[in-house]
Amino acid sequence: MKISEIATLLNAELYTVNHDDTADIKSACSADLMSDVMAFSKENALLLTGLVNPQVIRTAEMMDMKAIIFVRGKKPLQSMIELAEEKKIALMSTEYPLFEASGRLYMSGIRGNGY
Amino acid sequence: MGQVIVRDYDIPADDFLSAGEASSAVRNLLIQLGVAPDRIKRTAIAMYEAEINAVIHGHGGKAHVEIKSDRITIVISDEGPGIEDLELAMQEGYSTAPDSIREMGFGAGMGLPNMKKNADELVIDTAKGKGTVVTITVYL
Repeated sequence: MKISEIATLLNAELYTVNHDDTADIKSACSADLMSDVMAFSKENALLLTGLVNPQVIRTAEMMDMKAIIFVRGKKPLQSMIELAEEKKIALMSTEYPLFEASGRLYMSGIRGNGY
Repeated sequence: MGQVIVRDYDIPADDFLSAGEASSAVRNLLIQLGVAPDRIKRTAIAMYEAEINAVIHGHGGKAHVEIKSDRITIVISDEGPGIEDLELAMQEGYSTAPDSIREMGFGAGMGLPNMKKNADELVIDTAKGKGTVVTITVYL
């Protein structure tokens, strides 16, 4: 799925423009602990999280992820949007809770490689 | 890559916004050098965890990076309180981080195990009250 399709599916607001909308996202991981993302997640292009701070973007960068979705209506700070634009990582916010956002993506064919 | 590429970075204390800048810079450098993606990811994760540790526990510090044709060596040093029981600290889930750090998504006791998992060689020189020097080597 493209980032724009994921945003539509989750009724999510998209905060970035400088990301790769041609990327075909096939897998995701959901977690609030960034060390766990790095320890247990393998090749996942999308991160779903309820944690909102700049280190979420750093973690996604180190893990070669293309997009981050903040769940439960959490919104990124301006400094985080700027950092994400620099790293070409998409930032989205959805009102769905973590479980439901993950479930909707799974139903649409997204799978997970660890967490 | 015939010659040795050397880089030095400062890791500012208690600056959670810029924590990870050094790891990000090294990652970008490795991408430019055409290093294999799995080697880059291992290096990035190990260095980032060490950098975060220096911010959380070490009152900031320094990163010294050397890239040779066959390996990358990263030395992260701080003058923090040191690690009292290294064997215990290496166990998954053991952490001395305060709640304020846990709220930031770290401090779950996975930092040192993550470094060990991703580095080909990991040497930790530490003593209580004397700071910590973490040397991470990844073979290229």
